[in-house]
Amino acid sequence: MKWFALKMLFGDVAKFYGILLGLTFASLLISQQSSIFVGLMSRTVGFVRDTGQADLWIFDRDKLFVDDQKPLRDTEVDRVRSVSGVAWAVPLFKGLLSAKLPSGERETCDVIGIDDATLIGGPPTMIEGRIEDLRRPEAIVIDETSRAGKLALPAELAPGDVLFDFDPNDRSVVRRPMQVGDVLELNERRAVVVGIARTTPTFQNQPVIYTTYSRAKQFAPANRRTASLVLVKALDGVDPSELARRIEADTGLLAMTPDEFSWRTLDYWVSQTGIPINFGIAIMLGFLVGVAIAGQMFYNFTLDNLKYFGAMKAMGASTQRLLGMVALQASVAAFLGLGIGLGMTSLFGLNVAGDRLAFRMVWQIPVITAVAVVIICVGSAVLSMIRVVRLDPSEVFKT
Amino acid sequence: MTPDPGAGSVAIRLRGVTKTFGRGDNAVPALRGADLDAMYGHVTFLVGPSGCGKTTLISIVAGLLHRDGGELSVLGEDLSTMSRGVLTRWRSENVGFIFQAFNLIPQLTIAENVSVPLVIRGARRRDAVRKAAEILEKMGLGGRERSSPNKLSGGQQQRVAIARSLVHDPHILVCDEPTSALDASVGRRVMELIAGVARQPDRAVLVVTHDDRIFPFADRIVHMDDGRVTQTEDRR
Repeated sequence: MKWFALKMLFGDVAKFYGILLGLTFASLLISQQSSIFVGLMSRTVGFVRDTGQADLWIFDRDKLFVDDQKPLRDTEVDRVRSVSGVAWAVPLFKGLLSAKLPSGERETCDVIGIDDATLIGGPPTMIEGRIEDLRRPEAIVIDETSRAGKLALPAELAPGDVLFDFDPNDRSVVRRPMQVGDVLELNERRAVVVGIARTTPTFQNQPVIYTTYSRAKQFAPANRRTASLVLVKALDGVDPSELARRIEADTGLLAMTPDEFSWRTLDYWVSQTGIPINFGIAIMLGFLVGVAIAGQMFYNFTLDNLKYFGAMKAMGASTQRLLGMVALQASVAAFLGLGIGLGMTSLFGLNVAGDRLAFRMVWQIPVITAVAVVIICVGSAVLSMIRVVRLDPSEVFKT
Repeated sequence: MTPDPGAGSVAIRLRGVTKTFGRGDNAVPALRGADLDAMYGHVTFLVGPSGCGKTTLISIVAGLLHRDGGELSVLGEDLSTMSRGVLTRWRSENVGFIFQAFNLIPQLTIAENVSVPLVIRGARRRDAVRKAAEILEKMGLGGRERSSPNKLSGGQQQRVAIARSLVHDPHILVCDEPTSALDASVGRRVMELIAGVARQPDRAVLVVTHDDRIFPFADRIVHMDDGRVTQTEDRR
C-alpha cells in the first residue's frame, strides 16, 4: 500500500507540485529569514568573539551593548589593575570616526584602539602585514571586507597619492581595493595602512580600522573619557566570575565574561529594537504561506482521494492502513519540501557568505524549520485523517 | 463457520432485516423487514425505485453496515457478531465490489488497480500485479496493463473494475449499477462478462440495477419497494 500511496501522491502532478512549492517556499522563508536574523545578531557581538584574549570585559554600568558609547576615564584602567587576581588589564577604544579617503570621499569607520604595549585586543587574523606594524608612525590596519568595498579607491590612484577632482558619483570609475601604503585621514590626521585583517563584519557594515590606543585618542575628538572598555585577564587559578564580582565591588563598573557581555548585547538588540518583530513577521508569513498553500492543498488532495480510500476501505483495508498511507504521503511531502527549501537557503548562504548580507545558519534553524514544516504537514494530515477515519465504507455506493 | 459453496445452495439469507438511519424525529427507515435468498452460482438482481433500500441491503450483505434487526446469514456467518477488525478482514477475503463510478485510482496503472484487493490481503505487490495481469488478459485487456485508467473507454474501465472485483476469488460479488454509466451495447457486453466470468459455483452475484435492458442476464430478480422485498422472480 506504501507504493500505491506514493504513486497517488506523485501521480497527482498539479497538487503534488503545489504542495511541494508551498512547503519549499515556507522552509525557504523560515530558514532564510532566521539565518539572516541570526547573522545580523551575530554581527552585534562579532567584536567580542574576535577579541579572544580577555577573560573579562569591564565597562560603564550604563553601557547596554558593545557599541554603546559610555566612555571611561583612563584612570579606571589603573583601578581595575589594582584589584587582586587581575593578571593584566588594558584599555580599549572603540568608536565611530569619519575617515576621508584619498579620493576625497568620506566614510564612517569603526575605529578600535588597542593597548600600545601589548597590542592585546587586536584582530583575530592578519592576512597582510603584521599586527606589530601598528607601532610604526600613523599606522592603521583595515579589514578585508571593506578594502574592496566601502574603502575601495579609483584604480588610477597610486598608494600614497591623493585625488583632488574625483567625482564619487561617477559609476564608470574602475576601483581597486585599498592596500598597504594607502593614506587616509581620520579627524584631519594622517593615517597609513600597514596591514589587512580578517574580522567579523559589523552590524552596520562600517569599515573596521585597528590602531593603537594612544593614536586612537589622537584621532578621536578631545574628551576626558576616552576608554570604551577595559580588557582583563585573570591570574592563573582565579575564577573569572569571582574576579568580576571583586572588580564590580572595588570600581563600581560592570565586569562580565565574553559570553555574558555578548548576551547583554544580544538582549539589547532583541528587546530594544524592532528587528526581531520584523523578522518574526517574515518568518510567520512563511509559516502561514505553508499552511495556506501546502496545508490546504494536501487536505484537498486527500479529499479528492476520499472516494478511493472509501473503495479500499470497502475492499477490506483497515482504517490504520489508510491512515498510514496518508501519513506516508504527508511525510514524503514534508521531507522533500523541507530538503529543497533548506537546500535553497544553504545555496543562498553560500553565495552571500562574507558579503554585505549577514547570514548565519546555526544548527537550530534547520531543526526549527523542520518543526514548522512538520506542524504544517501533521496539521493538514490530521484533518485529512479525520475524514478518512469518519469515512463510512458504505458511502462508496453513493456517487 | 466456513462457507458451504455449491451451485444452488443458499449463500445469502435475510429474514425480516430492518435498518433505520437517524434517531427520533429524524429517523428514516431504509429496510422494514427485508427477506432475501441468494444462491451460489446465481446472478441475483435487486431492482426497484430509488430509495427503496437496495443499496442499504447490499451494504449489509457486504459487511459495510450492521442491521438493526432480523436474521442475516452470509456465507454461513452472522456478520453482526464480528468485531470491526474481523469484519474488515472478512470483507477482504470474501467480497468483491463493482461500483457505478468504477472508482479506479487514476494515478495507478490498470494492473495496479486490479492488484489492490490482493495487496490489501497482504500479497507482495509484484506477485499481485502479475496475477492482475493474468486476469486482465482474460478480460481482453492484455498488453494494456501499464495503461492509465483515464486512457480507457467507459466499457474498458468497467472491465478493469470487474477484474479488480474478481482477482481475489471472492465468494460474493456485489455490483452497484454496473451499467448505468455505459451505453446500451457496452452495458450489455459488461453484463455478459459478469454473467460469464463472475458466475461460478462457489460465488453468489448480487446486482443492483435500474437498467431493465440487462434483466435477461439475471437468474433471479428481487423487486423491492419501501424497504421490503415485494416480489421474487426466478428466471431459471
